[in-house]
Amino acid sequence: MSLFVDTAKWFVDPAHYRGSDAVQTRVFEHIELSALALTVAALIALPIGLYLGHTGRLGFVAVNVANIGRALPSLALLAFALPIAFALGLGLGFWPTFIALVPLAIPPMLTNAYVGTRAVDRDVIESARGMGIGELGIVRRIELPLALPLVLAGMRTSAVNVVATATLGALVAGGGLGRYIVDGLGLQEYDRLFAGALLVALLAIAVEVAFGTFERLATSPGLRTGSATF
Amino acid sequence: MTEGEPLIRWDWVAGHLDEIGQRLVEHVELTAIAVGIGFVIAFGLALLIIRRPRLESPITFVTGTLYTIPSLALFVLLIPYTGLSLLTAEIGLVSYTLLILIRNIVRGIRGVPADVLEAATGMGYTPRERLWRVEVPLALAVIIAGVRVATISTIGLVTVTALIGQGGFGYFILIGIQRFFSTELIVGAACSVALAIAADALLVLLQRRLTPWTRPA
Repeated sequence: MSLFVDTAKWFVDPAHYRGSDAVQTRVFEHIELSALALTVAALIALPIGLYLGHTGRLGFVAVNVANIGRALPSLALLAFALPIAFALGLGLGFWPTFIALVPLAIPPMLTNAYVGTRAVDRDVIESARGMGIGELGIVRRIELPLALPLVLAGMRTSAVNVVATATLGALVAGGGLGRYIVDGLGLQEYDRLFAGALLVALLAIAVEVAFGTFERLATSPGLRTGSATF
Repeated sequence: MTEGEPLIRWDWVAGHLDEIGQRLVEHVELTAIAVGIGFVIAFGLALLIIRRPRLESPITFVTGTLYTIPSLALFVLLIPYTGLSLLTAEIGLVSYTLLILIRNIVRGIRGVPADVLEAATGMGYTPRERLWRVEVPLALAVIIAGVRVATISTIGLVTVTALIGQGGFGYFILIGIQRFFSTELIVGAACSVALAIAADALLVLLQRRLTPWTRPA
């Protein structure tokens, strides 16, 4: 098929590695936006999830936030984010996409942090209390390490979703790899379109594999059950 | 989103009810075809996994990889084969339902207690009768839970197919972005979310109707 040849030619053309539309620039923009959104979402989701899990409060909310999150489609989030960013004077591109990505990334992490913390054996926590470990120490030294596999699984789900959805940022004049897809569709340049789609797919799979590896490395050998809520 | 323009212009909504209805039908059709075909394929693969557990990891690997590929990228990668068509949209949408559906069907059927199966065999059920009259009904709650997740995520993904010329409510979002018109954006997004919630509620009702024994007395 000539499209494969055209796409291969697109990838080896040095012109696609120069200037503001260079492959490495687009990959960097994509990762930069995704990483920032994921970090901010984690800073919101994990403390809330750990707190709710530690105290056992609002369990219904913590578990259902994931279901609500699923009902909010990525394109709809972007649609809601655009007027918000505009009202805040943040313009187009990066910020509206960022505003759409953060709420997308919160639910899996929050729910998994909650479920992971709740699953810790109450006897273990009672013994820790008996040994004189404070509440913060219990969270940090017992609940978090034991919940870590689930927390990281939630992070992986969020990260893959964020990388996938960051592509849509190109619709609102953002950068990243979605640029090639949106421009390729608009200009009917199928080599560019196909190259963009391949790059996005590879990046998403790379993120999935990287987080999966990290998950295995960070999990204490005694905990390797391989099961996750997501 | 120009200065002085309200966030939602209700006169636009009132004047476009016909089109909203038409997009609703389109959205429901795209979703129903995807979940329907996805369910048939997933059911077949799930039965295969139950009969030959060795196939579980390769099937999970393939469907998991499909699930990881961003939707827009998957649709685009199909364009050379199937063009900007309904088929492209459906192949992508069906692929995304498989992982969730297979997982829940397998989990549901495997969750049927062994002594129940033994009792069914003892009563003279053939394996086929046992599957349809004992295992599937008992697995139904878990299976429908999977159908709910698959339906909700498909309704969301349908909006993305607007980029390849399909889209249902996604069409409003796309045009809203292009024209920078917040009413159309919000109508598209809100209708899609409302449809997801309505579909989920319907499936919960369906599950209660189909499995009356799970209801508390």
